[in-house]
Amino acid sequence: MEFDWDWIARNTDSLGEHALVHLRLALLPVLFGLLIALPVGVLCRRWGWLYPPALTIANVFYAIPSLALFMIFIQYTGLTASTVMIPLTLYSLSVLVPNVVDGLASVSDPVRQAATAMGFGPLRRLLRVELPIAVPIVIAGTRVAAVSSISLVAVGQLIGQGGLGYDIIRGYQLSFPTQIIAATVLIVLLALVTDAILVTVQRLLTPWARVRGKVS
Amino acid sequence: MITFEGVTKRYPGGTVALDDVSLDCPTGRITVFVGTSGGGKTTALRTINRMVEPTSGRVLIDGQDVREHKPAELRRGIGYVIQHAGLFPHRTIEDNIATVPYLLRWNKKKARARAHELMERVGLERSMARRYPFQLSGGQQQRVGVARALAADPPIMLMDEPFSAVDPVVRAELQDEFLRLQDELHKTIVFVTHDVDEAIKLGDRIAVFQTGGKLVQVDSPETLLARPADDFVAGFIGHDRGIRRLSFIPASSAPLSERDVLPADAPVERARDAAGGWVLVVDADRRPLGWAAAAGLPASGVVGDASLAPIGHTFDVAGDSVRAALDAAILSPSGRAVGVDAEGRLAGVADQQDLSTAIARAGADPRPAEAAEDGG
Ligand SMILES: Nc1ncnc2c1ncn2[C@@H]1O[C@H](COP(=O)(O)OP(=O)(O)OP(=O)(O)O)[C@@H](O)[C@H]1O
Ligand SMILES: [Mg+2]
Repeated sequence: MEFDWDWIARNTDSLGEHALVHLRLALLPVLFGLLIALPVGVLCRRWGWLYPPALTIANVFYAIPSLALFMIFIQYTGLTASTVMIPLTLYSLSVLVPNVVDGLASVSDPVRQAATAMGFGPLRRLLRVELPIAVPIVIAGTRVAAVSSISLVAVGQLIGQGGLGYDIIRGYQLSFPTQIIAATVLIVLLALVTDAILVTVQRLLTPWARVRGKVS
Repeated sequence: MITFEGVTKRYPGGTVALDDVSLDCPTGRITVFVGTSGGGKTTALRTINRMVEPTSGRVLIDGQDVREHKPAELRRGIGYVIQHAGLFPHRTIEDNIATVPYLLRWNKKKARARAHELMERVGLERSMARRYPFQLSGGQQQRVGVARALAADPPIMLMDEPFSAVDPVVRAELQDEFLRLQDELHKTIVFVTHDVDEAIKLGDRIAVFQTGGKLVQVDSPETLLARPADDFVAGFIGHDRGIRRLSFIPASSAPLSERDVLPADAPVERARDAAGGWVLVVDADRRPLGWAAAAGLPASGVVGDASLAPIGHTFDVAGDSVRAALDAAILSPSGRAVGVDAEGRLAGVADQQDLSTAIARAGADPRPAEAAEDGG
């Protein structure tokens, strides 16, 4: 069996389209995950007793097979993108919530006390001091969540929302490995590029953390 | 003035961190809190800017209860420096320093200009303005911490062991600069330290705290060393408090002599019968050149030709203490300390006997704490 470059040339457009859909389906859930994890993480830092149950809930979601979650959500959202994205959002929480909490915990006591002593109120301290200092750790978690989401979303094809997952299943049905290989390589590339972009974003946002990394 | 009126702090769990503390911290002066670890010094400091609320009693600033202000607003008017500086790692040095001006909504240009002015004040190179805190040494970070606390020119500064995390040389430097700065700024400062020497060097008044949050004595450093209120304070300031007290006896109280002092162009014959075996050689301007050993003089010529032993260090007759003079005497090859005036010219020589005379005179102070022991 040979790799069919002609097929690739003829299907560049549709592969590109699937790749874009794939990215959207994979990354929107990570964004939603962040929007949920930030306040949840802040609350867990504020009231420590919240953290263990919150983490358990996030981990329980992660333990449920994606197929089962799809089946649950199909009843409410049908065969739509939401049915794929909601489980992925829930999955991302198991990485993002602990990362937000760890990020906030990385603010040292003297820094927190200095901020208070200088007249930052609690909200201003959170927004101007604690969250900015948490950024490197939060982005580290976002990288993990984004990469795993890009690989997981292929399963969405089971309900007809798969992006490049479509090409993998189609290639299997037609016994046409070229399509499977092309889609797989593209998924890996998407993951690598997304990761590189996040690393760059982190360096631009936190020059103070980048140089430290180089020194040590 | 900062006034503590019967301030007690009991933490949940029962720890009494402050036990009915009453105390004045005078305006424009440095009040130092010392005492055992866990004695409540930090807690006391934090009741001033409301980071700790007393269980009972009150804290007043110029007669006004601190609780009349909102905490955040109160704090913007009180500088705060802590042990590990607590600089914001994500902000440049200039923005760290300008923190409170930004909070007070100064415009950015004015705030930065103020930051640069302060960097100069505390001895930081302007080139560091755009660096991040981790790119600075501990001593430099501490200077930034001081500059940041001074940024909005608050009348009050609270300093919690600000210099204890740096090595002794840098610490001494920071202390000297701190005193120089205070001479210009006259802030009302409350300064916490573990280090008795630091307390004595910096404090106008020293408050000694004991475990359980009890304030046992508040006095000038001099009085504290001469008359510790009880055994705890005496023990805390150490067995060498006698030596430390010498810092408060002016060197000018020691008798000075001109014995065995010769100009460099004096003939060697005049040096041969020096009583102590050493002659201090001075130049035409009376600046000390060195010690000549009578035994090692050349056969003829002038004393300036002899090989001279270095003086070690001299003491300033007007500004130094007997402690510095005694140190100079001990380190001098002749055992005699060389006193100089502000221009570095010889004022006279004091041997250890002369210094003992000065100490004995100062020691004639009444010392009630010990007198009471004698009487009992
Ligand atoms: N937030 C808190 N909750 C409960 N107990 C506390 C709290 N802060 C301080 N304490 C207790 O209060 C007492 C006084 O503490 P404080 O920090 O004021 O002492 P300190 O004199 O500053 O000690 P050190 O010299 O070690 O810094 C200690 O026994 C301490 O354990
Ligand atoms: Mg303390």
